[in-house]
Amino acid sequence: MTDLLTVQPPPSIQRSTRQAPPDERPRIAVRKLDALFGTVRAVRDVNIDFPDGQVTAIIGPSGCGKSTLLRCLNRMHETIPLARVNGEVLLDGKDLYARGVNPIEVRRHIGMVFQRPTPFPTMSIRDNVAAGLRASSRGRPSRREEDAIVEESLRTAGLWDEVRDRLKDSATALSGGQQQRLCIARAMATRPSVILLDEPTASLDPLSTQKVEELVHTLRGTVTVIIVTHNMQQAARVSDRTAFMLLGELVETGPTSEVFTTPHDSRTEDYITGRFG
Amino acid sequence: MVGLMGFAALLATLPLIFVLIHLIRQGASSIDLAFFTRMPRPVGEAGGGMANAITGTLILVSIAASIGLPVGIGAGLYLAEQRGARLATTVRFLSDVLNGMPSIVMGIFAWHFLVRPVGHFSALAGGVALGAMMIPLVTRATEEMVRTVPTALREAALALGYPRWRTSVAIVLRTALPGIVTAALVAVARIAGETAPLLFTAFGNQFWSVSLSQPIASLPHTIYTYAKSPYDDWHRLAWAGALVLIALVLVISILARFVTRSRHGGVGD
Repeated sequence: MTDLLTVQPPPSIQRSTRQAPPDERPRIAVRKLDALFGTVRAVRDVNIDFPDGQVTAIIGPSGCGKSTLLRCLNRMHETIPLARVNGEVLLDGKDLYARGVNPIEVRRHIGMVFQRPTPFPTMSIRDNVAAGLRASSRGRPSRREEDAIVEESLRTAGLWDEVRDRLKDSATALSGGQQQRLCIARAMATRPSVILLDEPTASLDPLSTQKVEELVHTLRGTVTVIIVTHNMQQAARVSDRTAFMLLGELVETGPTSEVFTTPHDSRTEDYITGRFG
Repeated sequence: MVGLMGFAALLATLPLIFVLIHLIRQGASSIDLAFFTRMPRPVGEAGGGMANAITGTLILVSIAASIGLPVGIGAGLYLAEQRGARLATTVRFLSDVLNGMPSIVMGIFAWHFLVRPVGHFSALAGGVALGAMMIPLVTRATEEMVRTVPTALREAALALGYPRWRTSVAIVLRTALPGIVTAALVAVARIAGETAPLLFTAFGNQFWSVSLSQPIASLPHTIYTYAKSPYDDWHRLAWAGALVLIALVLVISILARFVTRSRHGGVGD
């Protein structure tokens, strides 16, 4: 186990707004990554850096491997039968796929939110947020600490004022947009250094989408955000950097303004101008 | 065509309606407090009840449930979570075979292993025979219920850093629980009325007994004995016993429906 993955985050409730360190070492660096389903290579030889505290959007047409790439970053890809990964994913310089690294520990440090809201239907709103804290039997916070973390996470997700009076209600009573922000709060409760969003607004109405996008804005600087989206306007609105994928390959990556205005690759330009996809 | 099918649907419920009406007409008059609290009287004496048979059935069902539920739920969870594994495919097939096995065969099996070596009939042997019948019922029902839990929930738990086993128990099983409880109650109702497996295991008992190592009375078996006797008094008691048995099954079924609609209800809301 690497140092970083075993060290618990500081217990303080206040979260410091970290800035990217001056040396600009990326929070996550992907090297020569292949992701396979049986013999099908869904992601091919991808190299990409995700800078600390920034929002990176991964865009591309359906089936280009963007979600698969995302799922390689917290070792969720391998939970699918016959799925394999080759290459390296370095979190703060430590390879997540090195021998002896426990994927369960990795997932505790890299949060993930899915396309459809996935609140646990048998749990209350409060217990949903605290679910990640209870994932292991070791080092569980006390009830009071848990209360504080739940409140802080719900505030971060902009949901506290909407649910503070019904924390004991079933999470399924919330609207779709609220459920998705609850899932973000749940992912943030364990204080991950990176959060992965897999088309988080795909099933939401425009107003809920806007709220989630605003939330992504407020997360910037606190955590490293990687968001997969098929919506280019969304990528342009929320991200600092954009990566464009096509047929399993990473075509281009750079600052969002650059990728959208002066793309280097003609395929990127074709996609962004709407010639295909 | 629709009319024909509607008629068939009505016909399907007809046996239940006939049975209920007949049982109530024949048996209701014999049911009083004494029926539940008193022991059977000798032939010719009026009154008496089936306290021993009712208690016996409750004991037998408890033994069966304490075997059938844990094994069945565990196996069902395994089958659903390890869908493609060779062991799962084999177990699923064997479980279906077991489900179709005549209950008298289950009784012979229990007799061979639990009665013959000991030398006498026992409540335990009867309970084990019923428990073995319960296992495939609960296994398949649990598997069905666990499969209805969306993959997305499983993934969400894994992504939070839940180990696989904890995901299975704390998220998947917990979400499917109302359905599993319903299935368990239906299975209990089903075996509560079984007679064949008890014929040479629990055997039946004229007297009061709650010992697991002794023969024990049960409702179905007492009904069988009384119904084939030549005495009118016993016939009336048999009708009453049948009514109580049906009522028990009905109550459990209604309870099962109620559980499905509980708050924080799992799948599908």
